[in-house]
Amino acid sequence: MSNHDLILSVPAPARPWRERLGSAVPLLVLGPSLVASFVYVFVFTGWTLYISLSNSSLLPTYGFVGLDNYASLWANRRWNIAYTNLFFFSGFYIVGSMAVGLLLAILIDQRVRGEAAWRTIFLYPLAVSFIVTGTVWSWLYNPVDGIQALVRGFGWTNFSFALASDRHYAIYAVIITGVWQASGFAMALFLAGLRSVDQDLVKAAQIDGASAFRIYRKVLLPTIAPIFLAVAVIQIQFAIKTFDLVAALTKGGPGISTTFPAIYVYDLMFQRGQIGEGAAAAIMMLAALAVVLVPYSFWVVWRRRKEAGHG
Amino acid sequence: MADVSLDQSLDHRAATVAARRHFLTRFVIYGLLVIFAAIYLIPLLVVVLNSFRDQQEIARNGLISLPRSFRLEAWGQAWSSYCIGGTCEGMQRNFYNSLKMTIPATIISTSVGAMNGYILSKWRFRGSEALFTCMLLGVFIPGQISLMPWAFILGNLGLSNSVYGLVLIHVIQGISFTTLFCRNYYVSIPDDLIKAARIDGAGFWRIFRKIILPLSSPILIVTVIWQFTGIWNEYLFGVVFTSGQQQPITAALVALTASGTNVRAYDVMSAAVLIGALPPLLIYLFGGKYFVRGLTQGAIK
Repeated sequence: MSNHDLILSVPAPARPWRERLGSAVPLLVLGPSLVASFVYVFVFTGWTLYISLSNSSLLPTYGFVGLDNYASLWANRRWNIAYTNLFFFSGFYIVGSMAVGLLLAILIDQRVRGEAAWRTIFLYPLAVSFIVTGTVWSWLYNPVDGIQALVRGFGWTNFSFALASDRHYAIYAVIITGVWQASGFAMALFLAGLRSVDQDLVKAAQIDGASAFRIYRKVLLPTIAPIFLAVAVIQIQFAIKTFDLVAALTKGGPGISTTFPAIYVYDLMFQRGQIGEGAAAAIMMLAALAVVLVPYSFWVVWRRRKEAGHG
Repeated sequence: MADVSLDQSLDHRAATVAARRHFLTRFVIYGLLVIFAAIYLIPLLVVVLNSFRDQQEIARNGLISLPRSFRLEAWGQAWSSYCIGGTCEGMQRNFYNSLKMTIPATIISTSVGAMNGYILSKWRFRGSEALFTCMLLGVFIPGQISLMPWAFILGNLGLSNSVYGLVLIHVIQGISFTTLFCRNYYVSIPDDLIKAARIDGAGFWRIFRKIILPLSSPILIVTVIWQFTGIWNEYLFGVVFTSGQQQPITAALVALTASGTNVRAYDVMSAAVLIGALPPLLIYLFGGKYFVRGLTQGAIK
């Protein structure tokens, strides 16, 4: 075998180490984030799931008790109030903020003057924390100093507006404040949707003599129907996670009348030292989110595929 | 001749009816807008005015009333001398805590997100889409799920009751958001640009520095605004993992307004609320366009 042959039979020369390192760089850079996200999403969830199946009370312990925590959670009157509130609140909050948001979007869409200024006004609550909003509204609801006092000062002396301090109506105080905060968000998304509708469609309808009302009902709103669903899904998410707003506005009261699941989790874990049951409640929150988001994600993927198929 | 004038007068009448109708519609549109604007602005106005009113005057005339007194002291008190739970230092420490938490967490999570987005859009490898989907799940996990694990981890790292612990939490939590934002933006940068650069011998970092980064300012602004307002306004982790002097401003505001004295110091509390609301409000006013863009992008994608 000549030297020549030998050289030829040698496998392709190894790539220089710099190049090999170079091709590994993306993975090395991404690695820490991947690990962190994996831990955050899967390990943390699994961990809390495990705690929810354990006999943890003041500190996490790992004696397995099966579904006991879930049983006692669902037997608890306060949890009952919490998820009833969640359903009630979600319904009004979503419908209310979408209705107001849509109205504002349509109003602004009428080529009004100073559009940017109107938009800025309706959206600013989103920049502010729920803590700030909740605190300020709790003052407005205060019967001695707030809206009630104002109207009575006008001479309507038996006017009553003490939402936040009445256990039957406090949930409406949360709803009103929530709608106030979130309508601008719905407006922004609806407006973006209305603006993205093909103007030729609108022009065609106008030439056919359709009234503005008909154009909205028959052309514009059906076209932006997916946005309605997107807004609703996002609002449901907010509703399920509602914590700050209630913490600042009513603190879950009066009594326990405005307890929400998120408030309940916090209370069990950090005030009452019932970590196991608190974890069970947290898992129920996650389950509620999954019930909403999993079908929605499938629907979004399905729609994209369909669109891609048509395109 | 007569016919023509009749036609004209009919036209004229139709025109006036149309004009009247047009005017009426415009009136209704602007009227509704003004009513809603009032509903949105009055709470803010009430707080601003009350922060300059005299406490006794508020007690006498109610919260919602035109100011009949003017003083600046409430701001000073809220900033540096009002008592919350025994310590009389106002909100300044909590304000700085929020800054110390928000600025590093925003910078780190945005930088990491930009790198991740760059890799997941321009250096795809087998399985990278699946990994991206897994990272996305982080966006939806409610904070309550991670409370116990974080308590354990922060305790073991010696970061409980510390602003740095909150920085860690917000960085890890924020990565899913920032990666999502940046990745979806970088996808729209043509791959041919990257290919051409690679043929010219540019590597991973050079392409990022010379091509991606100069094109990134819109998405980086959106991401920074989103992260800053989100982290500044966050309450749950702040109230769970810090106490007293270590609390960020949101948690301190709740403690302040809950501290039940007989006379409610609405003037000082109003100023305190505004101090807590001001940084994100200013960002919103000056970067409104980007704020809205982040909102709609974060929502629809």
